[in-house]
Amino acid sequence: MEAASLNGVKVSKERDRTDRRVELLLGALASTILLLIAGMVIFVFLKGLPSFTHNGLAWFGSGGNVDDQLMNIFNSPANPDDYVYELRAWPLLYATALITLSAVILSTIFSVLSAIFIVEFAPLSIRRVLEPVVRLLAAVPSVIYGLIGILVIVPWVHHHLISEDRKASVAYVIQLDGTSILVGILILFVMICPIMIAIIVDALRAVPTNWTQGAAALGVNRWRAMWTVSVRAARPAIVAAAVLASARALGEAIMLSMVAGSVGFAPNPLDGFTFFLEPARPLASTIVDNAEGLSVVPFGQTMYAFAAILLVSSAFLSFGGWYTRRRLSKYTLSAR
Amino acid sequence: MTPPSVNPPLSAEEPAENPQPPKRRPVKVESSWSIMDRIGLGLAWAAGVTLCVIAGAIVIYMAYKGLQYVNWEMITTAPEASLDQSASGGFLDPILGTLLLTVIGILIAIPVGVAVAVWLTEYGRPSGLARAVESGVEIVAGTPSIVLAIFGLLIFQQSFMGLFSFTAEGGAVFGRSFITAGVMMSLVALPMVIGATREALNTIPRHVREASYALGKDKATTIRRVLLPSARSGIATGATLGMGRIAGDTAIVVILLGASMTITPEEGPGGLLRGTGSTLTSYVYNNSPAGEGNAPEKAYAAAFVLLLIVIVLNALVGLIGRRNKPQWN
Repeated sequence: MEAASLNGVKVSKERDRTDRRVELLLGALASTILLLIAGMVIFVFLKGLPSFTHNGLAWFGSGGNVDDQLMNIFNSPANPDDYVYELRAWPLLYATALITLSAVILSTIFSVLSAIFIVEFAPLSIRRVLEPVVRLLAAVPSVIYGLIGILVIVPWVHHHLISEDRKASVAYVIQLDGTSILVGILILFVMICPIMIAIIVDALRAVPTNWTQGAAALGVNRWRAMWTVSVRAARPAIVAAAVLASARALGEAIMLSMVAGSVGFAPNPLDGFTFFLEPARPLASTIVDNAEGLSVVPFGQTMYAFAAILLVSSAFLSFGGWYTRRRLSKYTLSAR
Repeated sequence: MTPPSVNPPLSAEEPAENPQPPKRRPVKVESSWSIMDRIGLGLAWAAGVTLCVIAGAIVIYMAYKGLQYVNWEMITTAPEASLDQSASGGFLDPILGTLLLTVIGILIAIPVGVAVAVWLTEYGRPSGLARAVESGVEIVAGTPSIVLAIFGLLIFQQSFMGLFSFTAEGGAVFGRSFITAGVMMSLVALPMVIGATREALNTIPRHVREASYALGKDKATTIRRVLLPSARSGIATGATLGMGRIAGDTAIVVILLGASMTITPEEGPGGLLRGTGSTLTSYVYNNSPAGEGNAPEKAYAAAFVLLLIVIVLNALVGLIGRRNKPQWN
């Protein structure tokens, strides 16, 4: 739509030039933002590069105690030639993936069911209270969840789920004190659920009434109509919600550093139930916990390497989400 | 999005918006359903009830703990370094820090966000650049705030950025201040402002723009006089959501605000903005057992105040969303 030629109305040159200038100005601003973002990705990568190049692919592997390695990097000599870079980051990567995936999978199942409940089955009075509360919970800062976790749930787990025998069984590798991946996953689950529920509820509401009524006309009951028509139609939104929740979970630093133990340890699934009571520390928490060390050159570079991994993961996540949404929305409502 | 159905209600499948409780026909009772459907229904109810219990527990617990510990003195006194909880003061400075940081962040995010959104929806040429900007905004939305924080440290510790923060004797730039934290916080709020503004602009029908052109207004005037005023409530919603995110963010505060206990202005002009401070989130973190202070009662009280701020912002979003929504057609 060119204002200058619209409906053949002649617009003065002067005015046309102002218009052009506004467009250029806004475009320049948008490009600046884009440059800033590109700069962020590039700078973080460049800064983290030495950590990757010194370790090669072994960076992603396991071996040794990651906390000791971080300590060595932190204490490396001041001479740039003697910088220590050796790091095997597997426990941190594993903790990130484990906590994020478990929380998101649990939360996806729970959120779809809760959204169905809110949209279709909840009595009106419950619905009226529940919806604003869910929206509020979605906005509660993570540090508040962390506070509840560390003051209420961690002590409870310590006193009720961890017996002396259990402590002794893994005492040779790790100390159990209640801060654990179990609490981390649980709090993360509670934290991301409201976000997902709010999105899925909106999507279920947006399903055309005719579709569910059509299903009803074919003699299908309320649950079936919901499950086979509405939920299927809302699949792109469910994927979008899961992607958003994963991004939040991936980047959650403070809360997990409070409740998940802050120990660079890879919980061992062979320990049975004790597995869930073992502590861990994801990448984001590692950066926050070591914020003071950023000025030590090799240590800072290691932290930027962690940040680069987080950036790549969240970029892949949004791309994967976009791709899945596009594929799903071929058959359903347009993706939003 | 979908036009409201004009059909009369057919059966129990009438959607949720219907204020009347659906009347069930006898054949529709749950006991006649197949076993899988009944399991599904049971699960949905179980999830819903669990959700109610969790939500209720969090809200009631925080209200109980908060009201138990919060008092006027805490809100009006500055924190002091002390191992004794009764002498470590209140959290006036963190409250002011939260407000100041939120204001700085949103004051940067609103103009930039609105400009980008206007360019994306109204101009968007060349389209390749527009798509790149769009994905860039999406990347920012998905970037963990901790990554934004250390990226901020990376740029603001460059020597030519010394203007924005404290510079040490040897010329090393500290990089931590209200203004640096505020700039990074604006990136946290930016995607929400852009998203809400674009949505609002997209709902304005084409004929409104055409009417303005027909009156001889050019595009820039149309945007300024017609489109932006109509999108005001959308912009306000996005800004309020963004403020909620800023007020609740901890990682950027811990890394970029210096997390000094009290607000410490620097010498010279704009000293407050170049100084360091703390916010309610970092105060809660520091006073939890995970932090250095370990004063759970103060942490509860501060968390309660923070929660109140979030509730107020949340209520504002609802209020703005309902009020003065322009009706087209």
